[in-house]
Amino acid sequence: MESDEYIVRVEDIHKAYGDREVLRGVSFSVRKGETKVFIGPSGTGKSTLLRCINQLTVPDQGRVFLHGEEVTNSGSRINYFRQRMGMVFQNFYLFDHLTAVRNVEVALLKVKRMEPKAAREKALYELRQVGMEDWADHYPAELSGGQAQRVSIARALAMDPDVILFDEPTSALDPELTREVLEVMKKLSNEGMTMLVVTHEMGFALSAASEVLFMEHRLIVERGPPSEIPTSPTFERTRKFVGRFIEYSGDSGTKND
Amino acid sequence: MIEASFFTEVLLPPLIKGGVISLELIALAAPFGLLMGIAIAVGRTYGGRLVSQACRLYVIFIKGCPLLLLLFIIYFGLPSLGIVFTPFVAAVIGFILCNGAYNSEYIRGALLSIKEGQMIAASALGMTRAQAIRHIILPQALRRAIPGISNEFIYLIKYSSLAYMITVIEITGAGKLVAAKYFAFFETFTVIGLFYLGLVSLATLALGFLERKLAIPGLVSK
Repeated sequence: MESDEYIVRVEDIHKAYGDREVLRGVSFSVRKGETKVFIGPSGTGKSTLLRCINQLTVPDQGRVFLHGEEVTNSGSRINYFRQRMGMVFQNFYLFDHLTAVRNVEVALLKVKRMEPKAAREKALYELRQVGMEDWADHYPAELSGGQAQRVSIARALAMDPDVILFDEPTSALDPELTREVLEVMKKLSNEGMTMLVVTHEMGFALSAASEVLFMEHRLIVERGPPSEIPTSPTFERTRKFVGRFIEYSGDSGTKND
Repeated sequence: MIEASFFTEVLLPPLIKGGVISLELIALAAPFGLLMGIAIAVGRTYGGRLVSQACRLYVIFIKGCPLLLLLFIIYFGLPSLGIVFTPFVAAVIGFILCNGAYNSEYIRGALLSIKEGQMIAASALGMTRAQAIRHIILPQALRRAIPGISNEFIYLIKYSSLAYMITVIEITGAGKLVAAKYFAFFETFTVIGLFYLGLVSLATLALGFLERKLAIPGLVSK
């Protein structure tokens, strides 16, 4: 098996829905422990890009590698790769018929075929990591959006993934709930979890990202460490976008906890 | 006025015997009818083009065929193709085919009501499509389909009496024989009516209990 210094490598991804082009040649790589944050205007293919990585959306062209193994065109092995790439969704997508703890353990039992006792322990441990152990026996409908999202992060964590893909994890939440989810994400990032995050939360991008990638017109147009955003000429478009953001959304551009 | 001994010595023994046959027909047909309903509904919703179309045609065929005719075809018709069933087996097969087709429509409706995010999240965790259907989609859909399935089960209790038309001496058939022999139609059919009423009431209570027991906040309310 080919070894690779990158956890995830994405090469020249193209995707179109009919006539509508969504991605036109996007490439990047992620090293262990990095948090890459994708920002940019809506409709520039950021979410589609994440979904192309674990093949929830199949790209028209281009390749994705996990530890040097090709994820694209992997046939039924895709389920093996997906176990190793967690995903957190904008609308949580918790399993409505399962309590929080069973949401976290169901894939451990059915996909990883863990023993029930070990799976339960692991699930409770992950709920503790996101501060949700007291809510283990509650159903998704009984949780706030922020709580539900934290459970869904625990569900992703429980699989011990090599990387977690966050698809606008706070876009459905109000500012207070957003904060509790971002705190969990920041903790994961600090603990060395490898993360790819699509978000509109500039505070998170500035404070947690090892690299910020600004997407516009179906491409990555600017990229670099977040510390360069305020001054570097490579981030001219990003600054314009962020500035507009601050102007229209009050203080969310400077929120930085 | 008919004496009490007519009920205990003449009427009840054959009715009890027939009642047991009725219960057997129902108890055998119901679980397989449910399994068949699940299979047809999943095939139609998640199967490929061919499977999906086959399931659709099956349901159209059963819906368009009176159950009595279906029983006649199975019991009287199939022997000319060399397929011979006992009356009891023919009746059970007919009931399963019918019950399964109608159940599948209730279950299909419930499957379509499950939000697509459930399948997406299951896939993202590395579940195969089959695992996702089995562990995530069906447990939700079946809960939502309980009222429909209950309804169909109650129909099954009552259309089990059609088995008499292919010579299965279940309770209605047994009653018909006794009633004609002793010219006691009113008494006999009243007793049989009470049997069905009792059975349907019991089933309604039990299924209502099951529905509440399996209810989940936000998914199916109590």
